[in-house]
Amino acid sequence: MATRKTPETPAPKRPNVSKEELLQYYRDMLLIRRFEEKAGQLYGMGLIGGFCHLYIGQEAVVVGLEAAAKEGDKRITSYRDHGHMLACGMDPKGVMAELTGREGGLSKGKGGSMHMFSKEKHFYGGHGIVGAQVPLGAGLAFADKYLGNDNVTFAYFGDGAANQGQVYETFNMAALWKLPVIFVIENNQYAMGTAQKRSTSTPDIYTRGAAFGIPGEVVDGMDVLAVKAASEKAVAHCRAGDGPYILEVKTYRYRGHSMSDPAKYRSREEVQKMRDERDAIENVRELLLSGGHATDDDLKSIDREIKAVVNDSAEFAKTSPEPALDELWTDITA
Amino acid sequence: MATEVLMPALSPTMEEGTLAKWLVKEGDTVTSGQIIAEIETDKATMEFEAVDEGTVGKLLVAEGASGVKVNTPIMVLVEEGESADALPAAKAEAAPAPQADTPAPASAPAQAAAPVEIVSKASADWPEGTEMKTMSVREALREAMAEEMRADETVFLMGEEVGEYQGAYKVSQGLLDEFGAKRVLDTPITEHGFTGIGVGAAFGGLRPIVEFMTFNFAMQAMDQIINSAAKTLYMSGGQMGCPIVFRGANGAAARVAAQHSQDYAAWFAQIPGMRVVMPYSAADAKGLLKTAIRDPNPVIFLENEILYGRSFEVPVLDDFTIPFGKARIWREGTDVTLVSFGIGMAHALAAADKLAEEGISAEVIDLRTLRPIDYDTVLASVMKTNRCVTVEEGWPVASIGNHLSAVIMERAFDYLDAPVINCTGKDVPMPYAANLEKLALVTSDEVVAAAKRVCYR
Ligand SMILES: Cc1ncc(C[n+]2csc(CCOP(=O)(O)OP(=O)(O)O)c2C)c(N)n1
Ligand SMILES: [Mg+2]
Repeated sequence: MATRKTPETPAPKRPNVSKEELLQYYRDMLLIRRFEEKAGQLYGMGLIGGFCHLYIGQEAVVVGLEAAAKEGDKRITSYRDHGHMLACGMDPKGVMAELTGREGGLSKGKGGSMHMFSKEKHFYGGHGIVGAQVPLGAGLAFADKYLGNDNVTFAYFGDGAANQGQVYETFNMAALWKLPVIFVIENNQYAMGTAQKRSTSTPDIYTRGAAFGIPGEVVDGMDVLAVKAASEKAVAHCRAGDGPYILEVKTYRYRGHSMSDPAKYRSREEVQKMRDERDAIENVRELLLSGGHATDDDLKSIDREIKAVVNDSAEFAKTSPEPALDELWTDITA
Repeated sequence: MATEVLMPALSPTMEEGTLAKWLVKEGDTVTSGQIIAEIETDKATMEFEAVDEGTVGKLLVAEGASGVKVNTPIMVLVEEGESADALPAAKAEAAPAPQADTPAPASAPAQAAAPVEIVSKASADWPEGTEMKTMSVREALREAMAEEMRADETVFLMGEEVGEYQGAYKVSQGLLDEFGAKRVLDTPITEHGFTGIGVGAAFGGLRPIVEFMTFNFAMQAMDQIINSAAKTLYMSGGQMGCPIVFRGANGAAARVAAQHSQDYAAWFAQIPGMRVVMPYSAADAKGLLKTAIRDPNPVIFLENEILYGRSFEVPVLDDFTIPFGKARIWREGTDVTLVSFGIGMAHALAAADKLAEEGISAEVIDLRTLRPIDYDTVLASVMKTNRCVTVEEGWPVASIGNHLSAVIMERAFDYLDAPVINCTGKDVPMPYAANLEKLALVTSDEVVAAAKRVCYR
């Protein structure tokens, strides 16, 4: 199948979306943003340690993709995983308590920010090694196809990860075996301090699927409705048994790569411009207000609700005890 | 209500920092997200954003103040019309985590023995009386690379973020400026690919230094390191060697969990055809890295993120190198031999101090290179002390300590008064939780306990 390219400035083709859905996306994105801001604070206070990669700015990507998922679908991503976990319904308390390394964390404090999982929500991690989740995602899809169900897997990875060799080994096999996997390239334009053009020989990563016969398209990742529409299309393709699909979602991270990144490789103006002009949450906020779907007060009360959820998660994460010492020796082999 | 703004932790290993610059002054209004200060960690200067809104009531730490501990109050934010003195005596919010039961440390012997005298052995690595300067391990590594790059046009550095970003851990800081983009190459995140390109370039007559951001990511490139780099000299009947250095941070940093905390010393040390180096001090880091770059073989050079920031005395010599296969005796002693390398040395030396207080004289040996290993120095020491404890961060099974124990048993069995004990990291993936991580790592107390056991004390 030929690779399709959407025009540079796609006409705002709004999918039909109900007021309830729009409000839900607003909520989901805001939860991620507020959660991440809180995580950043807790890191500064020394309550979170190690590496901590915030998702601020990229919220519309995972929320838009999840909008097309059904029960049974799987997801897997990198270390920048807090947003994915919240978006698929994992408990903010369990996520935050994992960040503080406490007993109440989703991995009992043993995994930390980069390594969290939920069998219940079909969330397969949380992976610290750049690119490793891509073949793993195809493997999850392999299992579904083998078992004969119609589930799909969302395998998320970054623009930097898109250069790893195992990505292309996976593309080949996923296409060869028609695996129901959606490769979601979260192109936030930087891999740590390396701008995409300094690491990547051609600008359009999604076109790389063409060599393997995998259709792909580029999506505006600051527009949750555009992401949702693309997700629906990709999911339909996969569920129909037509094999993998690539979505290159253009997005932007507002914060440093991790908490210890001085971010000298881009200007503050560049970041500010994205925040001011493209912010996904602001966009939905405006849609809600201008479409008469919500009043300022409605949104303020949502803000308050979200803040309370996040504060509760932080409180839980601070007060949950450290894991018992004998946990050191559990879960090593089954 | 007034709130205290605390000195933030800005990296996994940061404990204190310098308040390089205030970007606000008393009386200014601050909005959330506004950059209020520049803070210098050992790695970088970071911008510090306000999370709360308010008016700057008071700056508690002067611009330029260094050694400001994480969580120290640095500024008071007040609300409109409030004075800074309104600050409640409230304590900083970062309460310690509720503790799980911690086992009591091994208690001291009832009767403390008289402390022993500590004999530091002068190193024979440089002439007596050589001028010395204090330098961090990070600077020492950088100097070694810069000196070798100046001396040999074929030496170049490649890796992720080594150039424009100035190194993920700032080891290569400034090298791009001095040597240009031809010789300091930023690679995509493609370890297996760029390692192969490095090995090919070495076959082709260059002397690449390949930096792995950390050795955890060298796992992606394991095949090229072992199957291509280490074996080609042999397979070509000696025609074609591979002069290449693979270097980067190895082992646990702080709280970076299982996939980012692993000591690969024993893995690499097993491979014939390779050199494996794991320095502890800055002088060794410098002298051994220079040797590594000149060596005609593939060299695995294992650094450590925690050690990057530690400072040591380094000789001021034009061309200072340290040969492979020569251990360093850090301290002479008579009762027990402690053998270690890399960050394990920090535990071994700390243990030796504690043992001295209890009247046990420990000899401390730093292997420095793990392939080749300086067996003779270890054996001579064991023949003198008749007791040995090995110390390393890696896992216990098939560890360097296991190997040394076997060699000591074969070659000095009759000299041993006690079985050799291997102190290692615990046999578990590295946990994230602070309390569990502490337990997983080898400690100087464990080394002390082992030393006492072999001394039957
Ligand atoms: C195999 C491997 N190499 C290097 C790293 C260090 N590292 C962690 S994240 C990262 C950048 C990845 O960028 P990208 O894929 O664009 O994802 P983003 O962080 O932007 O979400 C690097 C180099 C790693 N974790 N794993
Ligand atoms: Mg990226």
